[in-house]
Amino acid sequence: MNVFVLLKQVPDTETKIRIKGDGSGIESGDIKWVLNPYDEFAIEEGIKTKEKLKEGAVTVVGCGPDRVVDALRTAVAMGADNAIHIKAEDTLDTYLVGKALAAACKKENAELILSGKQAIDDDQAAVFGFVAEFLDVPSISVVVKIDIAADKKSLKAEREVEGGTKHIIESSLPAVIAVNKGINSPRYASLPGIMKAKKKEIKTYTLADLGLGSESARTKDSAYALPPERKAGIKIAGDAKAQAHELVRLLREEAKVI
Amino acid sequence: MASETVLIGEVKDGHLKRVTFEILGEALRQGVEPTVVLLGQNLKEDLKAELGQHGASKVVFLEHEALASYSTEGFANALHAFLSPLNPSAVIAGATSQGKDYLPRLAAKLGVGFAADCTEFKIAPGAVSARRPVYAGKCSKQVNFLQGAAVFSIRPNVLAVSTVHAKTATIQKVAANPGTIRAKLVETKASAAKKVELTEADVIVSGGRSLKSADAFKILFEMADTIGAAVGASRAAVDAGYAPHDMQVGQTGKTVSPKLYIACGISGAIQHLAGMRTSKVIVAINKDPEAPIFSKADYGIVGDLFELVPLLTAELKALKAKS
Ligand SMILES: Cc1cc2nc3c(=O)[nH]c(=O)nc-3n(C[C@H](O)[C@H](O)[C@H](O)COP(=O)(O)OP(=O)(O)OC[C@H]3O[C@@H](n4cnc5c(N)ncnc54)[C@H](O)[C@@H]3O)c2cc1C
Ligand SMILES: Nc1ncnc2c1ncn2[C@@H]1O[C@H](COP(=O)(O)O)[C@@H](O)[C@H]1O
Repeated sequence: MNVFVLLKQVPDTETKIRIKGDGSGIESGDIKWVLNPYDEFAIEEGIKTKEKLKEGAVTVVGCGPDRVVDALRTAVAMGADNAIHIKAEDTLDTYLVGKALAAACKKENAELILSGKQAIDDDQAAVFGFVAEFLDVPSISVVVKIDIAADKKSLKAEREVEGGTKHIIESSLPAVIAVNKGINSPRYASLPGIMKAKKKEIKTYTLADLGLGSESARTKDSAYALPPERKAGIKIAGDAKAQAHELVRLLREEAKVI
Repeated sequence: MASETVLIGEVKDGHLKRVTFEILGEALRQGVEPTVVLLGQNLKEDLKAELGQHGASKVVFLEHEALASYSTEGFANALHAFLSPLNPSAVIAGATSQGKDYLPRLAAKLGVGFAADCTEFKIAPGAVSARRPVYAGKCSKQVNFLQGAAVFSIRPNVLAVSTVHAKTATIQKVAANPGTIRAKLVETKASAAKKVELTEADVIVSGGRSLKSADAFKILFEMADTIGAAVGASRAAVDAGYAPHDMQVGQTGKTVSPKLYIACGISGAIQHLAGMRTSKVIVAINKDPEAPIFSKADYGIVGDLFELVPLLTAELKALKAKS
């Protein structure tokens, strides 16, 4: 099976975010870039699928500036076979990223497409839906378990919905599956893997190569702003019993939330 | 001219979810009267009344037997077929489990842009924008829609429910076209305990690594039960196996925005704050007076949670008995 994994590179969560003077975006100078944590689960699931089926290949694809190559190499070091870099600015909107990834998946005949549940920088949780729609294949999101049928024509996926409930969804293949934490434990890169990744040739496409030269963005971001600072409130003094009593009183009478 | 605003309502257990009324409220405050669309089969007339009470004047029931249970494709196809001729300027839904799932596909079908989990929106003639937190809530950005319908979802619990006078809504029943559904629901596994959905809960009691066992979470559930709250957990608690992942609050868990968030034995790491910083009132209980969580808490108690939580439960019970 031709398994594709969509990878995004995101700022490390500890990175301090600074807004550009004109509010048009964030300063990218001293950001430490890492693989989106949810995408690590997607890579692991891709590799595991190949191991289970004892055939096929795992191709990782990332859309963004040159630095994205590092994320792709990380995935190869973990065990992905091929890597595709779609060279583009990092400000593409969800629509264009979806178009680009779908076009690459189509060109390479992807049969199972795995992505993360969401990217932790923009938290859109939407790219996989766009990719699935542009490929005209089913999509299943927030997935914590995948079972591919013996004939490899369909799969069953377990997805988390609300209130702790899970849905088992049966879908034809090809399909796009967005995975959640809990589906597996991503492996570490092996030493031979790291050596292989260094030398791995990465296929590169531009948007024009993918026939998207005349496509334009559907949204434009502006007016980046810091959240209102939360001020530290009061500390409630006294012994435990007095503290508990006072807290409940304050929540009732002052904050009026209970 | 595209001027129609469409609000896709969500029905759960025969009632509308509050986020539907929250979006409705904000639209009405902006002088926009949205068409409220509900999907399902044999939808009850009471829903129209419920919407009318919150100020809706136009309600559409998009019905088909294939929509009796939720499916990504069924909902996206039916909405696409209904919305295309309408050429709306904005299409809004709650950022619920369902909304998050079908809305991106609907936007892609319409060939338009999308913004998820927004906390504000502005509908002006010819210009629709929405604001959403990014980078773990370290900042927010305005998303401006450039072409076609603006499709976006709204985070529950953020906007105020409408307070305008009730109206009598008109209702239009439309036979939906759910198209071909290739990914079908074959089984539902309900969780043993009927849990309040975290992302839509009014009050959340959350526990961290300090609970030290899954069993110890019982004291949090007891407190939560007395006030109808949901229980959340930090990642450290989830990783240690004290709570399932669907209870995790934070950057790699759920983003919540309750009226009241009570953090018990949670240090307040940036990734945890990312998931709960927009809560209206934050309470922190922590034995370390220097814990970062206190800098974000409206009310803090320095003390031992194992002592304080049962006392709080008793206080809350007493309060409930009185009122
Ligand atoms: C990429 C990434 C993503 C992450 N995503 C998330 C996420 O989604 N959610 C999340 O929560 N974390 C996340 N984290 C982890 C985060 O950095 C913290 O490690 C985690 O939140 C700590 O959990 P904690 O507060 O329960 O534990 P600790 O940091 O160990 O804090 C325990 C606290 O309990 C207090 N305490 C101990 N005993 C008691 C007692 N008896 N009574 C009262 N107080 C007591 C201590 O003083 C301490 O402050 C992420 C980290 C990374 C790198
Ligand atoms: N630029 C990108 N390149 C490759 N994959 C992406 C990109 N953006 C998003 N994805 C994939 O889509 C998932 C959801 O991302 P998002 O919709 O941005 O939250 C991510 O976990 C990735 O798997």
